[in-house]
Amino acid sequence: MAEAVGPRASRQPFLERVGTAVARYRELSLFIVMLILGAIVAFQAPQFISASNLTQVSTLAAIIAIAAAGQALVIITRNIDLSIESTIGLVAFVVADMLAKEVLDVPAAMTAGVGLGLLLGMGNGVLVAVFRIPAIVATLGTLSIYRGLAFLMAGGRQVTLTQLPDGYTDAARATFLGFPVFVLVAVAIIVTIGLAMRRTRIGRQVYAVGSNPEAATILGIRTGLVVFMAFAAAGLLAGVAGVMWGMYFGTINATAATGSVLQVVAACVVGGVAIFGGAGTVAGAGLGALFLGFIQNALIILRLSQFWLEAIFGGVILLAVAADGIILRRLRRSKSNRRV
Amino acid sequence: MSDYQSAPGSVAEPPAPDPSAPAGGGGSTRLLAAFARWEVLLLAVVVAFIWIGATVSPVFLAPGNFGNLVAAVMEVAIMSLPMALIIIVGEIDLSVESMAGLSAALLGFLFDAGVPLPVAVVACVLVGGLGGLFNGLLVTRAGLPSLVVTLGTLALYRGMALIILGPRGISGFPSEFTSFGFGRIPGTPIPWPFLIYLALAVVLGFVLHRTWIGRRLFAIGKNLGTAQYSGIRVQRIKLQLFVLSGTIAALAGVLLAARFASARADLAQGMTLTVVTIVLLGGVNIFGGRGTIVGVALAALALALLGNVLRLTNVSAEIQSIAVGGLLIVSVLVPNLGRWLGLAFARVRGAPPARAGPGA
Amino acid sequence: MIPQQLRRIAAIGTTLVFVLAACGGPAASPPAATSTNGGGTATPTTGAGQPTDAPAEPTAAPGEPTAAASEPTGDGDLNVVFIPKAVNNPYFDAAAEGAQRAADELGGDFTQIGPQNATPDEQIPYIQDATTQGYSAIVVSATGADEVAPALQAAMDAGISVVGYDSSPTSGAYDVFVNQTDFSLIGGALAEWACNLAPDCSGEIAILSATATASNQNAWIADMETALEDEQYANLELVETVFGNDDPQESTTQAQGLLQSYPDLRVIVAPTTVGILAAAQVVSQENSEVKVTGLGLPNDMRQFVENDVTPEFGLWSVPDLGYLAYHVAALLVSGDITGAPGETFTVEGLNDGQPYEIGEDSVVILGPPFTFNADNIGDFNF
Repeated sequence: MAEAVGPRASRQPFLERVGTAVARYRELSLFIVMLILGAIVAFQAPQFISASNLTQVSTLAAIIAIAAAGQALVIITRNIDLSIESTIGLVAFVVADMLAKEVLDVPAAMTAGVGLGLLLGMGNGVLVAVFRIPAIVATLGTLSIYRGLAFLMAGGRQVTLTQLPDGYTDAARATFLGFPVFVLVAVAIIVTIGLAMRRTRIGRQVYAVGSNPEAATILGIRTGLVVFMAFAAAGLLAGVAGVMWGMYFGTINATAATGSVLQVVAACVVGGVAIFGGAGTVAGAGLGALFLGFIQNALIILRLSQFWLEAIFGGVILLAVAADGIILRRLRRSKSNRRV
Repeated sequence: MSDYQSAPGSVAEPPAPDPSAPAGGGGSTRLLAAFARWEVLLLAVVVAFIWIGATVSPVFLAPGNFGNLVAAVMEVAIMSLPMALIIIVGEIDLSVESMAGLSAALLGFLFDAGVPLPVAVVACVLVGGLGGLFNGLLVTRAGLPSLVVTLGTLALYRGMALIILGPRGISGFPSEFTSFGFGRIPGTPIPWPFLIYLALAVVLGFVLHRTWIGRRLFAIGKNLGTAQYSGIRVQRIKLQLFVLSGTIAALAGVLLAARFASARADLAQGMTLTVVTIVLLGGVNIFGGRGTIVGVALAALALALLGNVLRLTNVSAEIQSIAVGGLLIVSVLVPNLGRWLGLAFARVRGAPPARAGPGA
Repeated sequence: MIPQQLRRIAAIGTTLVFVLAACGGPAASPPAATSTNGGGTATPTTGAGQPTDAPAEPTAAPGEPTAAASEPTGDGDLNVVFIPKAVNNPYFDAAAEGAQRAADELGGDFTQIGPQNATPDEQIPYIQDATTQGYSAIVVSATGADEVAPALQAAMDAGISVVGYDSSPTSGAYDVFVNQTDFSLIGGALAEWACNLAPDCSGEIAILSATATASNQNAWIADMETALEDEQYANLELVETVFGNDDPQESTTQAQGLLQSYPDLRVIVAPTTVGILAAAQVVSQENSEVKVTGLGLPNDMRQFVENDVTPEFGLWSVPDLGYLAYHVAALLVSGDITGAPGETFTVEGLNDGQPYEIGEDSVVILGPPFTFNADNIGDFNF
């Protein structure tokens, strides 16, 4: 949650104050907006708030949310992971392929998939933390490399629903106490990480590294290790997302998850994880994913042409960034006001 | 980015005094450093690719082949030139592919509505400038990070393209237009758009490397604060660069429509990644302050050659994508390793180690 | 320091490379490869640089890296390359099987190459490079009818036979187009299946297509809409057409969207093998009452016929499509046909031995669409 330090409230224009409040309580405002949006759309098309629709939206959003949580960790350390979509795609395909060829049984295959994600994330971590390659460049490279690996393994094949074990994809639609299992998994993961970020030393170190890497190093924090672990975690979570992706979609080929990096980063941005690092929460990223999923769904339900989706997406990202920008200005202004 | 000097990726980053050669090195180290200059390495790579290509495929050296591979990357190469400038000042513009798509869609729409083609082309290029202006204002006036602003406009402009043209593909352009896009200069295998690229490269190269404007761009990239305090109008320059990028991207979109003899809203999809790859491969430091136009040109050529050689030998596209990714990583890895070696060398000789700077 | 000189070296080097290109290479020029002119002859206004020779067979290249298939070799004169819309699509793999069979029978070579994504800008370089490599024939399923035309025309100018299959390039940019079936028949069949699956042949139906610019799907949809105007379909209402871009995820999301937006939907018609599979999966998993039909591969759809989600759908024999396309290419290369309307030829094993006739616009039709249902679904394997 981004905090504006000591704004001088007296002379602020109204809009700016609203903007500041929105930015401050990003998670809450997202929630409120979703409620309002939901009400408006439901008025037009009641099936929007039907159980089946909400299940569908939240299930798909849960997958993105998990990947976004990992991405948030990386962004908070002032890096970025562009290769996340390739990791998801590669894991999704490998798991599906292993199940189709009956090389492993379901639990083993899922574990292997998550492990693969971890490995890929560690690869990124090595490139950035050990070899000092800027994250944009390194993950741009691994974006291509990992995707290329997926294509190599696929060899043009795809794995279809029929080839998967019976009931494998049903897990994506299973519910527990009325909530979709995927959503519960996502919530559990996000809550765990969120607590770890707040309560543990490593969690605070992540924020420290992102806020001011030089100071962090001087303070004795092992910056490189923290960054490595952030990337590894992002890879792990992308692996989880990849396994879930396969369960959800059934038919998987090597192009799985192409383009999802935009969604994941957008989810982080909308959720208040600022791109300059050191701020934001995984909960925000998760909510951001849900928010974007809601908007997509609302557009479809309202029967707006699918060609409007992209533009609205872009608009939402810009609004979110603008809100972030307001915080930045408050920060700078209040910093310059405090002549220490 | 914007007002924050440290960009994402700060682990690798600390801004440092700029060593063009390892301090304390002797003459031989300097020579080594000179030959390790990125552009020379790129040239070697290009030559190597040509040699490999000629060896493995008898048809590689056919003039038509060169014409083809150059033609295929023209739009991307053209967009990479302003992108290089933008990255040199420490920003980035991810929206170029969508601007190209928007321009193409608008072109198709206007042409279909009966607007004369020259007018439509001008309109599209102007719209590109407006799009760039929008990006630039958000980055300079509102102070928002260019990475996310252009991420947003990447989606927004593509969406606008889809809204304008929908699923249609407009064809039936006059043959002068399409032959400019697709054809070759008579008597040579050189595609017409290459002239545009050449002109742009020469102009921007000259401005960047020979004029005070260029020096200011490098200054902004190397140390924003210092540049500002020296009176350089940083915001204005950045704004102009974004406008340039948008305009050129729109032009590229028009060229795409000409080459394909068809305007669609999904043209240029995926090109941003290629453009950024070319710029980075060309030796432009992602944090700004360093890079050459020649490097970017060589990188575009290298990438085109790579794709061509692989296709001519029926090597699958997967290998190509792995190769490109690998090339990109190696392009930053090697200079880093080189610098560490240089540091280790210098330390062994007893000279005080230089504070290592980032990137090539 | 030195940088200036190095920059100059680099600049000179770059120029040299382009000069190299313009001059057509050093003395070691490959045999007769100058017959390819890039795109120079595609349009009348630009003069071509070199005269077009008849293409000689390029010699086998020495020591190639391990590649998916071999370079065009000198043995036999029949070297055919298939360039589908995209290579990770089982539909095109099925066609490739048939083509390989034909190649084995005729003693020719068969290669399939193509892009990962079904976009014209990715397909064009493959066509151009295939032209440079000097195959005897290029068989292509065009991602964009107009976009690939100049490259195909350049190939034809270089003496390469061009055969279209599955999705037609613009008329004139090919020698023969092998159409899997009469387009208007597909439209009619789609309408008929929708009618059969909708209760009382009435209710809302929707279309889930491939990419928005695919010429074949758009033609089929147009014909279907025309067919729907017929009286017998008066009670069917086509509410929306969405595009899944031949991507399993996008198709799934669009299918889900249809189910959510139109609670009264009765049938989803998907004239694309990727779309029909995705839609059927979605319907199955949601336990919806909606029926799915369209064009699908039997192996994919078998389980959905069995669980009654897709009791009826259709296609044609995709391997036969590849088989026929290869034969047509062979006939063109050997000069037995030229692609002019009115010519006839026979291909053993197809059409019950009856001769095919080349129709208007140099189109050959494989046969009528075939309906799959519970009775016959077990008989096929592709």
